Amino acid sequence: MKLKAIALGALSMVTVATASTGAVARDQIQIVGSSTVFPFATAVAEQFGKTTKFKTPVVESTGSGGGLKLFCAGVGTQHPDITNASRRIKKKEVALCAKNGVTDITEVLVGYDGIVMANAINGPVFNLTKKDIFLALAKEVPVGGGIALKENPYTMWNEINPDLPAVKIEVLGPPPTSGTRDAFSELALEGGAKKFPFLKALRKENKKKFKQIAHSVREDGVYEEAGENDNLIVKKLADRPTALGVFGFSFLDQNADAIKGATIGGVAPTFDNIAAGDYGVSRSLFFYVKKAHVNTVPGIKEYLAEFTSENAFGEDGYLSEKGLIPSPAEVREQVRSDANSLATFDAAVLN
Amino acid sequence: MTDLNTSPVPSSVTSVHATDAARQRLNKRKAANKRFRLYGMAGVVIAIAALVMLLSTLVVQGYSAFYTHTMELTITLEQDVLDRNNTQDPEILARANYRKLVKNEVYSLFDDVTSRRDKRAVSALISNGAIDALREAVLDDPTIIGSTITITAPVSDDIDMLLKGHIDRNVEEQLRRVSDRQIAWTDSLVERGIIKRAFNTYFFTQGDSREPELAGIWGAVKGSFYTMVVTLLISFPVAVGAAVYLEEFAAKNRFTALVEVNINNLAAVPSIVFGLLGLAIFLNFFEMSRSAPLVGGMVLALMTVPTIIIAARAALKAVPPSIREAALGVGASPMQAVFQHVLPLAMPGILTGTILGLAQALGETAPLLMIGMVAFIVDIPGGITDPASALPVQIYLWADSPERAFVEKTSGAIIVLLVFLITMNAAATILRKRLERRW
Repeated sequence: MKLKAIALGALSMVTVATASTGAVARDQIQIVGSSTVFPFATAVAEQFGKTTKFKTPVVESTGSGGGLKLFCAGVGTQHPDITNASRRIKKKEVALCAKNGVTDITEVLVGYDGIVMANAINGPVFNLTKKDIFLALAKEVPVGGGIALKENPYTMWNEINPDLPAVKIEVLGPPPTSGTRDAFSELALEGGAKKFPFLKALRKENKKKFKQIAHSVREDGVYEEAGENDNLIVKKLADRPTALGVFGFSFLDQNADAIKGATIGGVAPTFDNIAAGDYGVSRSLFFYVKKAHVNTVPGIKEYLAEFTSENAFGEDGYLSEKGLIPSPAEVREQVRSDANSLATFDAAVLN
Repeated sequence: MTDLNTSPVPSSVTSVHATDAARQRLNKRKAANKRFRLYGMAGVVIAIAALVMLLSTLVVQGYSAFYTHTMELTITLEQDVLDRNNTQDPEILARANYRKLVKNEVYSLFDDVTSRRDKRAVSALISNGAIDALREAVLDDPTIIGSTITITAPVSDDIDMLLKGHIDRNVEEQLRRVSDRQIAWTDSLVERGIIKRAFNTYFFTQGDSREPELAGIWGAVKGSFYTMVVTLLISFPVAVGAAVYLEEFAAKNRFTALVEVNINNLAAVPSIVFGLLGLAIFLNFFEMSRSAPLVGGMVLALMTVPTIIIAARAALKAVPPSIREAALGVGASPMQAVFQHVLPLAMPGILTGTILGLAQALGETAPLLMIGMVAFIVDIPGGITDPASALPVQIYLWADSPERAFVEKTSGAIIVLLVFLITMNAAATILRKRLERRW
């Protein structure tokens, strides 16, 4: 009967464990979402855990889309309380949330992040425009002033623009699943595509087709997919001085002795330029809070207060040390008061 | 046939082997033999070279994670700053302004620090760990407020990197994360013996942190431990039970053949699939909590069960039938024969398989991703239902962090994981060598 006893024991252990975890209320905030916001959310979580009586929140890096999917799955302690996003929530995500009973959410603007293109410090200087980036990286581009799209023929930067260095086009960047890539496609590649009048016209009549053209990156080895927030990219760039890498500003900030940022449209990717909104490839970072959980999971209000304190997301706060670009003072004021009063997000502002 | 043995070798035979063509053929075969040996040796050499390269890069990059630089600070815990009204309320004490005390002490170490900019630059030398150490001391015993205590705290990650030589002092100042003045201050503190090199206790006793100098692997080690305990408790009995039944009791028919094929297939299923299964069943259906080692252990157990079943069946098969027959012959029931004679003799093989299965599970991240164990978790887990990460997860998260100091931490954590894996595999080998019986 030993076998039976062992099997029964294992089974009962599993069921007991199931019952016990399923029933117990959670006393720890759970946060999911964007890998770009992850370094900032974790810094706040750690500070929050140390200075309050609450447990340190658990922060997962699931990507913006994955985070919102988990967040919108329903109300109840098995679902996360907060999701980070490196873009604004989409209309269809609001609808998904509403379908699952997550109706009241609060939006918090964390700050800004710049996406930079950088190469080794001893490599050539790149002064790019969005048009150059589009021509270098899109799968199909207009060639020689025509309006027909052809397979991208360019192999050297100076073929695209005589002012650029005469080196091979090599770009290491994030894979399509990442939010950084989404933003890069949207801001840099689409921005470049719009410089062509016929593509701009196409955007008006057939947005889907336009996006498909602008977002399709060439697959002939010129664009190399690498992790998005990866110290390996920095190392690879040091070995290949003419190759450019695409990543978030915080990596450039941390490695300014090894890599240098390319200017885009004449603006260098610096803290001040991104904060002022001059740098063209930057985006807003957000997080969303499930209001229904505020009274069931302890500490959510206090976490919001910590995140929106000047000490954290302010001008000289500890998040700016981690590479966050703070929003202007009056915006921060508004965000803080909205966060503290848990203002409900109005989906009507989404276009 | 006998005359063939006794008759002398005909001369024609010798001449057949003595022709030039025959010699050439022989040489060719010998050369082929030699070449094959060389290929084999080349294969081994390449494998060893790859291993040496991997280990040496890890050690070169990672050994510096095991020591750190600390600063000794003598701080007066001023009542006015910390708890003006002497409330001794832990909530007020937790949020008190320890930063100010630490900063003032660091300013006072230098004569030339007066401007606001200098003050900011000089306070960047010390880690926030100093503030935590003060807070901890005060919360432990609020009566020490008013007295003067000495704390030891790590220097900030940038200064640690500078002292370890990972920041080049010769590059232009604005391209470094450490300014010329900060370098001068640091060097003076080292000279005065205030900054010392020390064993990195944080690395081995703390949970994860966003400050590289405060980040440790203890949380991940404990998380891995709890996960493995759950995996072992579930997979071992289930797998051994299944193996014993299939090998010793089940009738050999189509159905058991099908089961066997499925078990072998299951052992080859990519681990992420088990993660998805865990997400669907344990999290969504049973509504268990995310990030818990309990769920992680259950998912990894699913993955480990087929491995153990296969190893256990092989071990059971290797026990000679005479043992069973002898037991049955003296009147033991089939169950007694199996549990009192066959299973104990098969145990070393089963344990080896179990250890190897667990070692494989210890190195997994993919299934844990789906159930939320790939997460930033500071608090050190105290049980199987507390949120926890695991060693490989910690490596993955650190490899992804922008701060340069995490590079050495990543390699350091890999070294620790490898030590665990090598220990487990060595245990499996020793167990096999010592307990295995040959019939």
